[in-house]
Amino acid sequence: MTDPNAAGGLSHVGEPGEAKNPADGPHKPRSLWGDAWRELRRKPLFILSGVIIVLVVVIAIAPDLFSSRAAGFSDLNHANEGPSADAWFGYDNQGYDVYARTIHGTRASLLVGLFATLLTVLIGSLVGIIAGYYGRWVDSLLSRFGDIFAGLPFVLGAIVILTTFNAPDSNPSEFRIIAQVVGSIAVLTWPVAMRIMRSATLVAKQLDYVKAARGLGASTFRIVFRHLLPNTIAPVLVYATIALGAAIGAEATLAYLGIGIRSPVVSWGVEISDARDYFQNVPHMLLFPAGFVTITVLAFVMLGDAVRQALDPKAR
Amino acid sequence: MRTSRWASAAILVTSAALLLTACGGGGSSGNTAATGATDPDGTVSVYGTEPQNTFLPANTNELGGSKAMQPMFSSLIEYRSDTGAPYNLVADSITTTDAKVYDVKLKQGWKFHDGTEVKAKNFVDAWNYAAYAPNGQLNTDFFAQIEGFDAVNPGKDKQPTAEKMSGLEVLGDYEFKVTLAAPFSVFLSKIGYLAFAPLPDVFFKDPKAFADNPIGNGPMKFVSRTPNVDIKLTRFDDYQGEDKVKFKNLDIRIYSSQETAYQDLLSNRLDFMEALPPSATAGGKYKNDLKDRVVEGHLLGISTISVPYYLPAYNNLDLRKAISLSINRDQITKTVMNDTYVPASSWVSAGIEGYRPDVCGEFCKYDAAKAKDYFAKSGFTGKLTISSNADGGRKEPLVAACNSIKNTLGVECDFLPSTNFGQYRSIVTAKSLTGMGRSDWAADYPSIENFLNPIYKTDAGSNDSGYSNPAVDSLLKQADSLADKNEAIKLYQQVEDLIAKDLPQIPVWDEKGVGAKSNKLKSVKLDFGRYADYSSIEVLK
Amino acid sequence: MGRYILRRLLQLIPVFVGSTFLIYALVWALPGDPFAGKCGQRACPQPYVDMMTAKYNLNDSLVVQYFKYLGNLFSGDFGETFSGNSIGQMVADAAPITIRLAVIAVIIEAVIGIGAGILTGLRGKGFLDNLVLVSTLFLISLPVFVTGIVLQLVLAGQWGIINPSVSADATVGELIVPGFVLGSLSMAYIARLTRASISENRRADFVRTAIAKGQPNRRVVGVHLLRASVIPVITFLGTDLGALMGGAIVTEGVFNINGLGGLVFRGIQEKDGATVTGIVVLLVIVYLLMSLVVDLMYAVLDPRIRYD
Repeated sequence: MTDPNAAGGLSHVGEPGEAKNPADGPHKPRSLWGDAWRELRRKPLFILSGVIIVLVVVIAIAPDLFSSRAAGFSDLNHANEGPSADAWFGYDNQGYDVYARTIHGTRASLLVGLFATLLTVLIGSLVGIIAGYYGRWVDSLLSRFGDIFAGLPFVLGAIVILTTFNAPDSNPSEFRIIAQVVGSIAVLTWPVAMRIMRSATLVAKQLDYVKAARGLGASTFRIVFRHLLPNTIAPVLVYATIALGAAIGAEATLAYLGIGIRSPVVSWGVEISDARDYFQNVPHMLLFPAGFVTITVLAFVMLGDAVRQALDPKAR
Repeated sequence: MRTSRWASAAILVTSAALLLTACGGGGSSGNTAATGATDPDGTVSVYGTEPQNTFLPANTNELGGSKAMQPMFSSLIEYRSDTGAPYNLVADSITTTDAKVYDVKLKQGWKFHDGTEVKAKNFVDAWNYAAYAPNGQLNTDFFAQIEGFDAVNPGKDKQPTAEKMSGLEVLGDYEFKVTLAAPFSVFLSKIGYLAFAPLPDVFFKDPKAFADNPIGNGPMKFVSRTPNVDIKLTRFDDYQGEDKVKFKNLDIRIYSSQETAYQDLLSNRLDFMEALPPSATAGGKYKNDLKDRVVEGHLLGISTISVPYYLPAYNNLDLRKAISLSINRDQITKTVMNDTYVPASSWVSAGIEGYRPDVCGEFCKYDAAKAKDYFAKSGFTGKLTISSNADGGRKEPLVAACNSIKNTLGVECDFLPSTNFGQYRSIVTAKSLTGMGRSDWAADYPSIENFLNPIYKTDAGSNDSGYSNPAVDSLLKQADSLADKNEAIKLYQQVEDLIAKDLPQIPVWDEKGVGAKSNKLKSVKLDFGRYADYSSIEVLK
Repeated sequence: MGRYILRRLLQLIPVFVGSTFLIYALVWALPGDPFAGKCGQRACPQPYVDMMTAKYNLNDSLVVQYFKYLGNLFSGDFGETFSGNSIGQMVADAAPITIRLAVIAVIIEAVIGIGAGILTGLRGKGFLDNLVLVSTLFLISLPVFVTGIVLQLVLAGQWGIINPSVSADATVGELIVPGFVLGSLSMAYIARLTRASISENRRADFVRTAIAKGQPNRRVVGVHLLRASVIPVITFLGTDLGALMGGAIVTEGVFNINGLGGLVFRGIQEKDGATVTGIVVLLVIVYLLMSLVVDLMYAVLDPRIRYD
């Protein structure tokens, strides 16, 4: 996935569900979320994506459990050899063990996805809810401010930002390398989260009980957190799961262009970018990391899909 | 995707080749002959990159522009495409007794593409234009040895006191005299460079308009140029030189990616590429793809790794030896570069007159035990880095070198990428490398001098490692002033021996130069500067 | 409504200045000297650097440079690249190609995406539905460069159906495969969007009413269901056209298309602020106009949203 902005496309689908009537539960009324959770547990798609995500997270936390070799292990004598008992995914053109690198690359890829999404959603939601709630000139101002960033095509913007901050010959820390990629993805995609939040807020604002709360003189803070947020969080959450996958894909694309994560950090994107010129002869160089990217993105997209359906009472 | 990544290898190179065209004679190399009748009016399409500068000979120094400019202009001399030996082209004779004053006589009857005759003043005026500081020409430094250069180009923040160099004197329509500031025997080899080409009278009336529609005196003339798409040339039928072309139209197609160009070449939609993309060389794939369409040449260039003297941690002879000993050149050239490079063991490219193999000796041969000894002696702690632009296949060999160092010495080693050549060079020229750096050199002109003066003299333009050795400086100066070429070469070799003791740059490998042609071309040769030798091209009907 | 449009148009001005200034400043801040790589392994002669620096106003402050640039732009002058080419001419050559590519991508994604969406939305669960679901998920999860390179290798390299690179003319026929690659991600979104929207609307009151009225099935689907379901899809397509033009950098690179993407990529690498900003200006204008149109369509189509 090249452009995480496009992930916004899916979320138009989900309308925020309204709180359901108290149902069979005898003790207390079940919330929308309780319902959704019940619904989700029964879905095979959810369970499958959940299992994949848990596995990937475990790999990211403790890669050494899965691979005895370090990411930097290289042996040119075995360069380009295919999968074997020795190296499950084979060796690449530099004699790196593809399996070891893929396992060790999980952490960086996941971190990028996680933090880029977190940042995007936090900034976007905050700005979106303010814009939607206050409307008028505040809305205009914030929306136009968002347009400034949204108007920059994602790949183009990321290239410029990362080229600016990746001073040549600098020797940045691993933290900085990842933070730069996270930052540039977030800066360019927050307007999407903002728009989703803003339109959800616009709709929720028209709901009778919100009007009523306002009429009763509830504080802004209370209206936003008590009444608006529960109704607007669902589409943003759905967006977030998908955006997480998208950000992992974006990391791969930026690395492919040679400006994303780079050595000494290892990520799936870095591996894919290394494989770019060689996969015709050494397909396993590309296939395994690309497979990991695809499966992980797939898991998050499926999760988002399942959550969206669970949150949408009409779809049941 | 920009031109200068090739420039990076080839760099000024360019020129070296000089009117690539050159040289119809001479025999040999890498010439695969297909059978069948040839078409003297055929069209040839070659891989190109977008020229980086305006179309003026003295302002063209990279592969993209030179590819079009070289066939459009002929200089005084030309180099044989296979051996690099110079021969007279526009010059009838060039004589000197002291390597300081040169008397140049021109052949008569040579014409520019607009029909005007090529005369002595066309050379003198063009050289003066190129050297004059306010004209801001890129190749201005090539004229620095001529007497009076300081007056027209006095350096930063100073106003020139003259418009013309006092060392150039027109003696007649077909004769002029060049006086150098000091004896310099290599000057004779140097004047084949594109920057020394003559310019027609019409140029001086409106240089700007000229650059849009250049008029030269070479075997091909300019037809049209569409930026980022193509440059079209056609044969100049009145051409007098021996490097005439045997086809009619040349179509230089601009590609943003070598991969795509290579795909076109495979399907015979493109006729020639002077280099192959990394995806084709990977695993030796090109040999199967192309079979008898591979065109091999021999480039006059060398790849080294600079170890900056200005970094205290690296200013350590034992460390330099340890690094050099721990790079497994044989294995890397075989596996990572798939035999498109060969291991280097000297500071001068094989094929240059005065080249000796193994000047580097034991220190350029992989030896893990010895490497560890020297490394222990050096007392280095911390992390080693090698910096380079990462595009155009520059990254892979250096990553491999780093891994080789890491595995041998047990020290951390990282490759630090720059996104493109310009970015990388700006840190090298600013002397702000933070570790080792890639320094590739391609000969401007085929002479041993060109591998030493620009790189190892104190404060020389490409002295990337900041090397300074008074003995080297004085020997170089002495060698430059010798009129006798063989005597000079002996001194230059002594300089190389001195360098071998200090290892300011570690020789790693030499590029072979592997290109490819379409089925449509009967023959084509790749010259030492990575150019197609256009005069060798024959097109099948 | 008229006042709203006018106000939105006026609001475009600060956004336009903001975006272009942002990009100009970033390019300006790119590390390195734009002339450092011009002379190969040696440093460039000082007179050359001085002349170029003066010619491109590189000694001025950022703000002065930007306004000089903007001034020229309004007089119709895009400026020159460092290699002396007219940017206006290069953009004029490249823009039609990129626009053609983006339009083809939009058409492909609309036809295939909406088609697949309608089919699965109407049919409901089954093999086809699962197939579309899986393939869209797969397309969404695949980075565009992988799709592009794999298609190029298979279609051009192995089967020889297409030419691996697009010629300078970039005819419509040549752009179909790149267009497919460019639009593949959005195509997946559109398929899912259409499907979701249709299955949602199938249960909507107005559809039930229509069925209850006894209208023929074809009319229910054609008039009521599809028309209502296609609204979000069209708005998505609207914003996508602008996004695709800017997102074509990777696709154009893979297929060697001489479009805006390639120009801008080289511009960034060469620290050529004038080229990059010139193209961004175009892209931003397209994007802003499209998003205005989309916002207006929301107001027209969705009665719940009111613009005053």
